[in-house]
Amino acid sequence: MADTSLDAAQIGAIAHLARLDLRPAEVPVYQDSLSRILSLVGELERADTGGVTPMAHPLSGSVQRLREDHVTERDHHERYQLNAPRVEAALYLVPKVIE
Amino acid sequence: MSIHTKTLAELALGLRNKEFSSVELTRALLARIEAAQPTLNALVSITQDGAFAQAAAADREIASGRGSTLTGVPILHKDLFCTEGVRTTCGSRMLDNFIAPYDATVVAKLKAAGTVMLGKTNMDEFAMGSSNETSFYGPVRNPWNVELVPGGSSGGSAAAVAARLAPAATATDTGGSIRQPAALCGVTGFKPTYGRVSRYGMIAFASSLDQGGVICASAEDAAIVLRAMAGFDPRDSTSVDRPVPDYVAALQMPLSGLKIGLLKEFFDAGLDAQNERRIREALALYERLGARLQEVSLPNLPLSVPAYYVVAPAECSSNLARFDGVRFGYRCEQPRDLTDLYRRSRGEGFGAEVKRRIMTGTYVLSAGYYDAYYLKAQKVRRLIADDFDRAFAQVDVLMGPTTPTAAFELGSKTADPITMYLNDIYTIGANLAGLPAVSVPCGFAGNLPVGLQIIGPHFAEERLLNAAHGYQRETDWHSRVPPGWD
Repeated sequence: MADTSLDAAQIGAIAHLARLDLRPAEVPVYQDSLSRILSLVGELERADTGGVTPMAHPLSGSVQRLREDHVTERDHHERYQLNAPRVEAALYLVPKVIE
Repeated sequence: MSIHTKTLAELALGLRNKEFSSVELTRALLARIEAAQPTLNALVSITQDGAFAQAAAADREIASGRGSTLTGVPILHKDLFCTEGVRTTCGSRMLDNFIAPYDATVVAKLKAAGTVMLGKTNMDEFAMGSSNETSFYGPVRNPWNVELVPGGSSGGSAAAVAARLAPAATATDTGGSIRQPAALCGVTGFKPTYGRVSRYGMIAFASSLDQGGVICASAEDAAIVLRAMAGFDPRDSTSVDRPVPDYVAALQMPLSGLKIGLLKEFFDAGLDAQNERRIREALALYERLGARLQEVSLPNLPLSVPAYYVVAPAECSSNLARFDGVRFGYRCEQPRDLTDLYRRSRGEGFGAEVKRRIMTGTYVLSAGYYDAYYLKAQKVRRLIADDFDRAFAQVDVLMGPTTPTAAFELGSKTADPITMYLNDIYTIGANLAGLPAVSVPCGFAGNLPVGLQIIGPHFAEERLLNAAHGYQRETDWHSRVPPGWD
């Protein structure tokens, strides 16, 4: 983790994983800033975390609740689909996936 | 005294005593908002028609002798809270056309309490920023000096309250986004304990850190609003099921005997000398009021920023995966195939800082790096939370600066993300540990406000509000209005 600099190919791979289309001019910008961020977070190495349990939630000991499995909401799809870019017959339209 | 310089508590009393109507108050504040918009850009949407309808309804409630403390009081909502039938952008091109189909619980509760929504406040895109410069709708400007930033991400809420466009604005705090802009704009910003205020209908950034709160002129006003906002919500699985105390009743407790811990790590080399003087003066006043001071060290606290910039981007990259150009939000033109639809909708719909954080998060969660970064950061998060626990075994509250410096110039920190991230160096710790914290105006560095930060143990909202109110009874920093806005 000592060398935190990323090359253009790595930025391209991260952008693909994140499904982000980058313009060519953006690549060196993110190369520079992500490398700096990784250098900053590299300071974490200094901490002795042997035997420490990772903390995923700020209120330790709290358990995520479950509720009874019964219907509480009515069907609102028409209202929700008002925000959809393309809808037909209550279905969200996307480019053809299977030929 | 002009109507707009009254505190929320004074406005609520004036409404109940029928000194003025909610419609009159709403009209006066909407006129100020319209006039301020070209200068401050504090709002994304002004909801004039809805405001007058809500105000008229509130006046009828008051006339019939019903209504609560907040009936008829105009407020603003950060544009991250979903508002039914009203555009909710989160400061992003991605949601430029998004009309929320339901109210956030916070919005619903404040609506039920009788408040009047004047509009939605500008913010850093998806709450990612410390200067309000990442908004798709342009930066917000600081009413104390319009060449300076208001802080972020709740910069619109802080600037609007500072300029007395509204007596209160909702806000959210993931790494300091309530407290930092409150400090830079000279107002009171309250971030409750994680889980105290429902996150339902709050557009998610980092779900283990996000918490809704309020920006007001004073702690008393914050107590009134928080009392109506807080509470258990079955729709938020991290909402905490415990009763909401009467925060207003708690304000009057004396400060004598309060044990204050001075956060040693906050008085570091990065703290501006004038800011430090104002903080030390505030601490001296607490001592005169009967509080006892002792220095407290949290050795792992300097690792807050590195831990945060792993945890928050990781959660951000997961949360923002929902913006895919399919179900809501921006969609690119003429997608070639489904992957192209995702990539270009997201590439064009998100701004530079949001993309930076998504990519950082994607990287730290990717195979081969997960343990080294994400798991490591979660362990450091535990060390920091344990440091706070040990401190609160000795003292009632912790105090220190909210920010290293007063407000800075627009554009001065946008070139290097790290410089920007370090603005939140004193605020992030409370988010990692889920603690309540408040920023209180405590004087000026030159002509610019300085904020004192008070951090408490989980669910010590009453103690924090009491400590802030006790200070504000003795000082008038919180009632100073920026020149030209009085």
